[in-house]
Amino acid sequence: MSLTTTAPGKIRESLLSRTGAMLVMGVCTVYFLVPIWWLFVGSTKSSAQFTDTNPLWFAHFQLIDNLRELLTYRDGVFLRWMANSVAYTGGAALLGTVLAAMCGYALAKYRFPGREVLFNVVLSGVLVPATALALPLFLIFSKVGATNTFWSVFLPSLVNPFGVYLARIYAAASVPDELLEAARLDGSGEVRTFFTVSTKLMFPALVTIFLFHFVAVWNNFLLPLIMLSDERLFPVTLGLYSWNTQVNQLPELRGLVIVGSLLSITPLVIAFLFLQRFWRSGIGAGAVK
Amino acid sequence: MRVTRSAISAVLISSLALTACSSGGTDSAGAGSTAASCAPSSGGPVNLTFTSWIPGIEDVVKVWNAENPNIQVKVQTGPNGNGGTYQNFFNQLKAGNAPDLGQIEYDTLPSFRVQDGLFNVGACDVVAKAKDQFVPWTWNQVSFGEQNAAYGVPQDAGPMAMFYRADLFEKAGIAIPTTWDEYAAAAEKVKAAGGYITNFSQSDINQFAGLAWQAGGRWFTNDGQQWTVNLTDDKTKKVADYWQDLLTKKLVSAVPPWTTEWDNAYNTGQAWTWVSAVWGANSIASGAPKTAGKWRVAPMPQWSAGESVAGNWGGSSTAVFKSSKHPYEAAQFALWLNTSDEALNLLIEKAALYPATKAGAALPALTKGVSFYGDQKIYEVFAKASGEVTPDFTWGPTMTATYANASDGFKAAVSGKGTLSEALTAAQASTVQTLKSQAIPVKE
Repeated sequence: MSLTTTAPGKIRESLLSRTGAMLVMGVCTVYFLVPIWWLFVGSTKSSAQFTDTNPLWFAHFQLIDNLRELLTYRDGVFLRWMANSVAYTGGAALLGTVLAAMCGYALAKYRFPGREVLFNVVLSGVLVPATALALPLFLIFSKVGATNTFWSVFLPSLVNPFGVYLARIYAAASVPDELLEAARLDGSGEVRTFFTVSTKLMFPALVTIFLFHFVAVWNNFLLPLIMLSDERLFPVTLGLYSWNTQVNQLPELRGLVIVGSLLSITPLVIAFLFLQRFWRSGIGAGAVK
Repeated sequence: MRVTRSAISAVLISSLALTACSSGGTDSAGAGSTAASCAPSSGGPVNLTFTSWIPGIEDVVKVWNAENPNIQVKVQTGPNGNGGTYQNFFNQLKAGNAPDLGQIEYDTLPSFRVQDGLFNVGACDVVAKAKDQFVPWTWNQVSFGEQNAAYGVPQDAGPMAMFYRADLFEKAGIAIPTTWDEYAAAAEKVKAAGGYITNFSQSDINQFAGLAWQAGGRWFTNDGQQWTVNLTDDKTKKVADYWQDLLTKKLVSAVPPWTTEWDNAYNTGQAWTWVSAVWGANSIASGAPKTAGKWRVAPMPQWSAGESVAGNWGGSSTAVFKSSKHPYEAAQFALWLNTSDEALNLLIEKAALYPATKAGAALPALTKGVSFYGDQKIYEVFAKASGEVTPDFTWGPTMTATYANASDGFKAAVSGKGTLSEALTAAQASTVQTLKSQAIPVKE
């Protein structure tokens, strides 16, 4: 109150707007974090406590027991699902990022007939939702008898048109033509130049692409749902979903689904915590240029 | 007469499949195929695939595989039927890589029949001979009333009864209702005592279907020429108006089913009864652990005093898909899975399935007292109910859409917009529309 009387308009306004901004941010943070908090608290309870204790506070803490139960249930099939998810996601994101980077780089740095047409075709791929492609992909893979295999989920996951777009924009902005000229004069081949010079300059963009791709594949649910019928090949999302649909029949599964969900989001959280530094600079640099 | 009629319907339904699924049109879908011979495969061991979402099904199949080295079954599990597995079956049938056997719930079996995706295991001598082992209404669910037909082997059943809090009823001095009139009267008293007599399932229409089934509602009929949709017949309307009345008077709660909120209503003694299927016994035991020992089971309330008619909620079959190269062996396995004591004992133990066979209901696990229910032999109540389920209830070929439409209307009715009856009228219209859009003949 005293502030408003001593200081004239300007400070008061900024204080107000700052408080307002903090308030909005605070509300958003709470809004986003409460479900995770709920999940964490839920994972530490027995199924009896889960129903009849405060959902946002701990009862008897038995996270370790719950984890043990989850990891040993049905011969540890959950671990298998996690490993599958990492293989699908990590593998596809890594390889997909390299492919997108090469494609975007080529579109940005080489002139060849049909370049713009190609780019526009790729770009229009951004508009096609992955969901719409799942069934046609299933029919195609059925033709070659490759459904219900690792590859039926892995191969389609490599494609990332948005990554190509980002890579092209970023390569155009951050890899100077003069540098490529210099590399050529020094006798470096195109492939070598790409991997030793250009990727380093494009690194922040590559991290962005990697993260986007990682999240997209991790969350891609419909494709494995349609393609896979062998439980041993499921990614963790599909596995947990399967359990969740069986909760009516086997209520004990609910606890496993909750602990499993908590475990399944940890890799994503870790990936973001480690890579957000790069990610931020990638988005920022892209925006300015 | 009967034979001709079913022959016609076979031709008709097969030709429906042709129109409904233009890409799958081949001669093999002709009338002859329904009476297709079911002969053992010649030579060599047979490998079968079986998709099912029953928890622990692998352990059951392991027993079969150990005993039958020449018929090896590989299990594939996944989400439940409506959670994606049915859609997968349809996709796989189209792509030609469906499993040999699949779990299909009774209410979805007609969808696969209309698409001509099922092998008639009734043509297999082993299955035909086993018909009398099953509770008659379960057999009807897979034969659709056709002679010498079975489009799956009945697996489990969901006969309904009333779970109630014996302690609360006793304390409040309310008699256990035996008719729906008494139930409504009891609802007033329960409300006065600070609870709700039950929770109305607003989004899971299957419970309502079971109640309508008991009352004599017949939602779908197929006369061999076309389907008749009748979601608004007098019997069903009676049930809808009954529950609408309880909802309007706020005598029943309406929290969404299968949520923790819902569990909590039972766990804290807010809800006093649940008219549900046999598998509901586990739902209460795990959802309301604090109430152990306080629940009992009584037969469903009746529409007229002195009757004993039950409804059914749930249940599934093991079907053999038409694309299977070894239908005889597949049928053998399906029969073993659903009739042999060793398989049924395991299914009861692992997945709390309630068998569809007469003998299955008498297995030791189903004749002893259950401690959660004060050592009452609750399964005997359900065994009796199973024998009282009326046999001629037929599901339609587009139940997913029907459920979705009805559920939208029910949710609105629960929140005060419209009535259950209106919801059914709307669902009726949209179901007819759905059938038409799939080129399935339907009587307006």
